[in-house]
Amino acid sequence: MSGAQHHGRVRIEHVSVELGDGGSRFEVLHDVSLQVEPGEFICLLGPSGCGKSTLLGALAGHLQPARGTLQLDGEPIAGPDPRRGLVFQHHTLFPWKTVLDNTSYGLKMQGVARAERERRARELLALVGLQGFEQRYPRELSGGMQQRVEIARVLINHPRVLLMDEPFGALDALTRSRMQELLLELWARMRTTVLFVTHDIDEALFLADRVLILSPRPGRIVEELRVPFERPRNAALLTQPAFTALKRRCLQLLRHDGDGDAPPLERLTPLGPPQPEPAWRFAT
Amino acid sequence: MAGLIDSVKVRPLLQAASVLLCVLLWHVAATHRLNLHVLSFANVPPPAEVAEAAWRLLHSPKLWPHLSSSLWRVGLGFGAAAVLGVGLGLLIGRLRWAHLSLLPPLEVLRPIPAVAWIPLAILMFPSSEGSMVFITFIGALFPILLNTIHGVESVDARLIASARSLGTGRARLFAEVIVPAAAPSIVTGLSIGMGTCWFCLVTAEMIAGQYGIGYYTWESYTVQAYPSIVVGMLAIGAMGMGSSVLIRRAGDRLMPWHRPQGAAR
Repeated sequence: MSGAQHHGRVRIEHVSVELGDGGSRFEVLHDVSLQVEPGEFICLLGPSGCGKSTLLGALAGHLQPARGTLQLDGEPIAGPDPRRGLVFQHHTLFPWKTVLDNTSYGLKMQGVARAERERRARELLALVGLQGFEQRYPRELSGGMQQRVEIARVLINHPRVLLMDEPFGALDALTRSRMQELLLELWARMRTTVLFVTHDIDEALFLADRVLILSPRPGRIVEELRVPFERPRNAALLTQPAFTALKRRCLQLLRHDGDGDAPPLERLTPLGPPQPEPAWRFAT
Repeated sequence: MAGLIDSVKVRPLLQAASVLLCVLLWHVAATHRLNLHVLSFANVPPPAEVAEAAWRLLHSPKLWPHLSSSLWRVGLGFGAAAVLGVGLGLLIGRLRWAHLSLLPPLEVLRPIPAVAWIPLAILMFPSSEGSMVFITFIGALFPILLNTIHGVESVDARLIASARSLGTGRARLFAEVIVPAAAPSIVTGLSIGMGTCWFCLVTAEMIAGQYGIGYYTWESYTVQAYPSIVVGMLAIGAMGMGSSVLIRRAGDRLMPWHRPQGAAR
């Protein structure tokens, strides 16, 4: 697992994104500019519907911005690419593949031989704590385990930037805090750039080097906070006075912007909402 | 009481008793030549005579020709419908140009019941064999096609986005994601198609056949071998059910990852 300190510089310049067709077209992101250094951990914090996920979708190459440019290491972003790994809130593991086959999928696409890709997948699964679950199917795992596989599946490609869209948002509190610690551990090993979307202030402050606060739609970056806490961090940090002070500041910023009583915006799902597995019936 | 019904030992007994009761009612109605004016059991053969006719058929040299010609026709018609239905369904469900250019004519033909094709099929095909296979094919095609299209269209968009982000090219996306994701729906289509296949075959055989289960049933009527009619009917039911079960089993085998919702592991 070699580091990638020289790779993973993200440049977002004056990006606006519009969604919808024809008359119902509306601006989701307005003139967003951002520079991310290689290996940096950035959290995008904002209310539901502010376009955080849309920004990740554009960085992943699934959405085309209306204006502005997106670059990774000086190259413009055009279409999806394994160098930019994407993790969703609800796992997108292939239900028909075992944990091992899901994890090694990216290598299969690169044409790596089966024995080699399985060796590397086993290594990575051990790293995320899933030794012994290689032959299970995703539906046999708990939510937390599914997200571990999802992260392993993305990391096997050694992405230069990891795009995470509220990856722990659907987990219970205890599992979530374990997953946050695991993610920091993995990140310390791999030193890939991370852009992490969340609406959980604790989560953002616990994980990030820098927290960017977005306004409601159309999303703009309204404030940037440096998070000075030393690493490695653990859950005890959440109860320290310095942490609480920073959290209070975040709350003020989030409330201050716009009118506090505005109804919450509808959640945007530019890449489609998660779908329940269709029922399999036999109408004979 | 509910506990008693749910117990594993009692359930099959209850189910068997229910079937036996129906046979008994049939026996009573047939032997007493029950006449209800709107419907009459006067010409309905009782169960014992049917069993005897079944026994005769089992030992008749004509049994195998009847069975094999029906199976052969279903095999051909269903096979062609499966290949074309799944193939077209994958294209129509995934590609916009295919959706726009291939679907409209199929939509026009879809509401026409397969049985309504019989006269035209007889005119179109020089051999009656060809027309019967064609009817079977038409019957199976639409359930398979529509279920495949539905399966492809309802593939989770996030799954496709993920696969693309993991480096899947457009061509491999089909084999790696679209087909397996649509597989449960395709198997449902195949199973329904198999049912309609038998339905259409039997109808076609009654009109144009020389051998076959449907022909046997209709011939029994024309030569007044009434018990044999019921034997034919039961045989058709058994064949249709058997082939559907076979497809379902094959589906379970090929998709160990899939379980119908609500079913226990």
